[in-house]
Order: sequence, then structure tokens, then C-alpha cells
Amino acid sequence: MTKPKTHRFDTLSLHAGAVPDPATGARATPIYQSASFVFPDSDHAAALFNMERAGHVYSRISNPTVAVLEERVAALEGGVGAIATASGQAALHLAIATLLGAGQHIVASRSLYGGSHNLLDYTLPRFGIRTTFVDARDIDGWRAAIRPETRLLFGETLGNPGLEVLDVPAVAALAHEHGLPLLVDSTFTTPYLMRPFELGADLVFHSATKFLSGHGVVIGGVLVDAGTFRWDEGAARGKFPTLTEPYKGFHDMVFAEESTTAAFLLRARREGIRDFGACMAPFTAFQILQGVETLPLRMERHVANARRIAGFLSTHEFVESVGYPDLPSHPDHALAKRLLPRGCGAVFSFAIKGTRAQGRKLIESLSLFSHLANVGDAKSLVIHPASTTHFRMSADDLLKAGITEGTIRLSIGLEDPEDLIEDLSRALYVAGKG
Amino acid sequence: MRFPVDGREVYAYTGSREIAPSQPTVAFVHGAANDHSVWALQSRYFAHHGFNVLAFDLPGHGRSDGPALPSVEALAPWIVRALDAVGVGTATLVGHSLGALSCLAAASSSPSRVSKLALLGPAVPMAVSDALLDAAKADDHVAYELINGWSHSAPRQIGGNRVPGMWMTGAALRLMERSAPGVLYTDLSACNAYADGLGAAANVRCPTLVVLGQRDLMAPAKNAAALCEALAGVRVVTLAGAGHAMMAEQPDAVLDALRAFL
Repeated sequence: MTKPKTHRFDTLSLHAGAVPDPATGARATPIYQSASFVFPDSDHAAALFNMERAGHVYSRISNPTVAVLEERVAALEGGVGAIATASGQAALHLAIATLLGAGQHIVASRSLYGGSHNLLDYTLPRFGIRTTFVDARDIDGWRAAIRPETRLLFGETLGNPGLEVLDVPAVAALAHEHGLPLLVDSTFTTPYLMRPFELGADLVFHSATKFLSGHGVVIGGVLVDAGTFRWDEGAARGKFPTLTEPYKGFHDMVFAEESTTAAFLLRARREGIRDFGACMAPFTAFQILQGVETLPLRMERHVANARRIAGFLSTHEFVESVGYPDLPSHPDHALAKRLLPRGCGAVFSFAIKGTRAQGRKLIESLSLFSHLANVGDAKSLVIHPASTTHFRMSADDLLKAGITEGTIRLSIGLEDPEDLIEDLSRALYVAGKG
Repeated sequence: MRFPVDGREVYAYTGSREIAPSQPTVAFVHGAANDHSVWALQSRYFAHHGFNVLAFDLPGHGRSDGPALPSVEALAPWIVRALDAVGVGTATLVGHSLGALSCLAAASSSPSRVSKLALLGPAVPMAVSDALLDAAKADDHVAYELINGWSHSAPRQIGGNRVPGMWMTGAALRLMERSAPGVLYTDLSACNAYADGLGAAANVRCPTLVVLGQRDLMAPAKNAAALCEALAGVRVVTLAGAGHAMMAEQPDAVLDALRAFL
């Protein structure tokens, strides 16, 4: 049997979307630091504006450097295309704003990054979009929360910070049964650990600030479309007029007719990026591209180190619990084995047998771990979610999200794991003395 | 727009424009397991530059009711009946791959209905390998993967899509995956079985354009040589570096070839 010719993941990480620069031969993707691009003639200009020809007009809408990153992440995810945004938050907002309007509704996992929770619970209601939060593991809860006006289901592949594993196949099946798309935040897993489209998800976004860029030097996001969701068929029919009815803001275009597989991306670029303007800068895209080139190598090491550290902590006398799905003690261990065979990432939380003050002392006693609000850096990081990333949540909501006052979140970097264990041992000893 | 042909609903993309009797009409006919959206850029251009556009979804494809028609000989008169259904007397036919063979046959059998003919990625005969036919017959996903690999030139399988942010091979694969079971096999069988291409070419009386992809592995340019010989006064444009999926790989070059021809 003749074998199909396709490039594999590690190759795509290095090459997808990039061709040697036709003008100079530069092998690295050039940084096209230009706001605008010259039109060859007036007819060409009009054709670009009317989507009769492809190309770049203005870097808020698209940019050659940014487009390479978009293609690359789309290739790694197995999607049809992507839009890079100013941040992961901007990617989430772009997805929602493209599909939903006032009076419509989202069902979301309760185990979310605090920033996502802020957007859904506090900010979007001001624009008429409401969210019902459910336990990520409770499929019946997801089902019960769906209303006639629901337009989107949303969760994180690994919840923040409890690492609840989203049962993507089950939630996707439920979403599709109701004619709804499933959007997942895949920041913690990256396409190296999970390709959510293969499990049924319809839209994926990343905070590219984290593992995709991998070095903690930029802020960026990427929104990817699987191209599988049928916006105007079956139970979805009539639910997504932004994609299936003429859009006066762009020549009465019906996006679902214009593109069978990329209607969502068309609308998101022709409206959301154009009007809200949360685009990615070309230099940011260049830096994220450098990170993506080594994504497979880094993720392998991140996971190996995380396993070592989680194992160390799980047997330490001053540690109450370790919430890492790779460990049999995690409630989602079996699901993780099925959906995340390469590992469960490098971010996890643990709780100490001590007071809040001892927790603070532990963090302040670490020397290699940096105390800051980020994850997915090459360097190891630590934070206290209850007082930082999730501080706007009520005590009740914190508990529902699996966060206690003693919860400490780690993002394991690429250092020698023995050095990280020594750092943690020392800090645990100091904190344990009270 | 949607309209009935043979009692079944058909969809044709018009660029969000009404059909104006005063304007010339260009009908676009897609290839195997594709739909109207493969012509997105080219069809939209003509719809906004003084032409009526009808980018059909062939029966059993895209938004058009099935079943898929089993042969080029069945597709050719269907194109004419679709023109009848929307009240178009004569049209320029632009076809790709299986669509090219169907347009060729329509120009041969209904010369009064075809004002000009553009054939993109044609081959006569258009032989399909047993491996691909077998995979398609079994509705094996490998068939789509094989086509994707053979339809895109090697550089475009790495990237460099002219449409910003789009992953070309991913989009092509996803479009084929939307095909109902059996459609790809029906389409490929129609290509493989069509034996009268040279005879049809000899009957064509209208101006004809043939656009070839220099790196086309699905329908290699050399396999169109006899066809070009048989078409009187044909204009041949070979796109350097292009594969079979030339409308996606080189959208501007395809558009410019069509503009110059029309």
C-alpha cells in the first residue's frame, strides 16, 4: 500500500508555515516590522480589501511574520488555520465575540485560569453574555446547564490549578448533540501532549506566552479552528447567524458559504481582529516561533522533570497532597492515561501540612523557583493561587475550583531536577520549622 | 443560491450577488470530493467584476443533495441542466480535475451553451491508481491523505499559504473529510472511466484555456499533452511550481490566467 506523504510533529515544529524568504533567502523567518504593505495597483488593492485576492494589507488584520506562526500552530494542532492575538485572553475573547452576542450563554468548566474566570463571570455579563460554571468532571452537570440560548461549551484541557482533566471526547459529544462547538484552552498541554481536535474539540486556544514560546519573554495568544464544526447543519442550524447570515460589515458576506471549513476564522479575522484590534506584533510572533521550534524537546524535558518533582513531593512528610494526574492519587489518573499518554504537563499544585504563613515562608525560601504570575517558562516558577491568580474568587468558589489557602502551584522548568529537588527540600525544611 | 435540478436541491455560490441577465456568466465546477469553496478567491473576483458567477456544489457534494453522479457523461448534461435551472443560456465553463473533464464533455455535447472553456489540472486519460481507488472504495481515510500528498507541491506541504493564517493541507483534508461515504470513490471512478476525452476535445469549437501545474502529481502536466493537441487554438498556461491544488497554491496566477482569457 502506498503510504501518504505527511510531515511529522517534530518536523512541523521547525518548518510549518515558513519558507525561505523569497526576497533575501533568509532561512529564519524575517520580522516584517511594517504596519502596511504596498499595493501593486488600484485594482489589486480593491481585490485585497474585498477578499478576491489573498495577501497582507495592514498588520492589525494580518502580517507575514505572524502568519507563519498561525500556520505553524494550526499545523501542529491539525486544524485548518489560526489567528494569533495579543494575548491568550484576547484569543478567548475573540472566540466568544465571533460566535456570541447579548442574550446568549456559555457553559464552562469551573476549573479555569483566574483571568478566564474574570472575563466570563464579571466582565461579559455587562455585555449580555452569561456563563454557567460546572464541575469539569460532571458530564450530567454540563448537560443540565445547557439552555436554549447556549452557544458554546468551554474548558481547559488541564484545569487551573487543580489539573482536572477535561474529558474532551465526552464533553465534545455532548456539545455536538446540542449543535454547539467545544472550545478548549490547551495552554497547559500544548499540541505535543494533546491534540484536542483529534478528540472532538472544535476550537482551541493557547496562551502562547507559556509553553509555546517557552521562555517567559512575550505575551501572545493563538486561536485555532479545527474546521470540522458544521455551523448551519443539524442542531446547529440557526444558532450561529454571525457565520450563516449576510454580514453587512463585510459586503453581505455569508462566511459559512464563503468557506466551507474556515467560516469561523474568516469572521474572526474580518470582524474580531479588524474591529477589536487585539492583534499580535510581528516581533512577538518571531519570538514565539523560536520557542515552537524546540517545543517537542522542551515538553519532553518539562514532563520528565515534573514527574520527578511530583514524585519527590508526594513522599515528603510536610506535604499534605500533590495534585498531578500522572500520580495514581489524582482523581483523573485513569482519564489522563487515556487522553495524555505523553504526560500531564509541567504545572501542578501541592498543599503543605501547615498554615498560610508557612506556605508563604516556603515560597520565600525557594531560590531557584521564581515567585511570579506565569507558567510554562524554561525556568521553574512558583505561586500561591489564593492570594494571586485566583484572588478575586470567593472562598466558596475557590474551594469548588480545588484551591485551598495552602495550595502552592509550581511550573517545573528545564533545570537539572536534582537542583530543583534540593531547592524544594531546603524550603520545605525551613517552612516546616514554622 | 439554491435551486432545483432534476428535483433535487442544488447550491451554487454567487459571491452574494443576484444573477443579472445583462451580464456574462462564469460557471465553476470543482473536482473530486471538493465543493464550491475551492474557487473562493477566483469566483469572488469575477462576481465583483461584471460577471454572474455560479460556483456549483455538484450533486452529493457540499450543500447540494445527492447522490453523486457516477460518470463524466452524466455530469456534463447535468451542468447544462443546472444552467437551464437558473435561466442562463450560455456560460464560460471553468472546471478543475474531474470538473475539467465534465466541462470538456459539456462543451463537446452542448456547444451552443458554452462560450468559453477553461480546464484546470486536466489529464486525458485521467487514470487513477488502484491503490487510491481501493482506499476510496473502502472509505479509508488514507485515500484523502494520498490525494492531499499528491495534490500539493512539496513546498506548499510545508506552508506559505497566500491566505494569511491558513494551513493549506489541513484545510484541503478537512474539506474532503466532509464527503459522504462513497462520494470520493464515485468521483475517482468517474475520472478513471472517462475514455472519450480526446474525442470530446476534437468537438470543442469555443476558445479554450488549459492551466497546468508544473509539479502536479495527481494529473501530471505531461498527461494533458494529447488533450492540448486535440483542442484547436487552445491557450496553455503552465504554472511553475504549482501542484494539482493550483487554486489554493497560486490563487493569483490562476486568477490572472482566467482574467486574461475571459
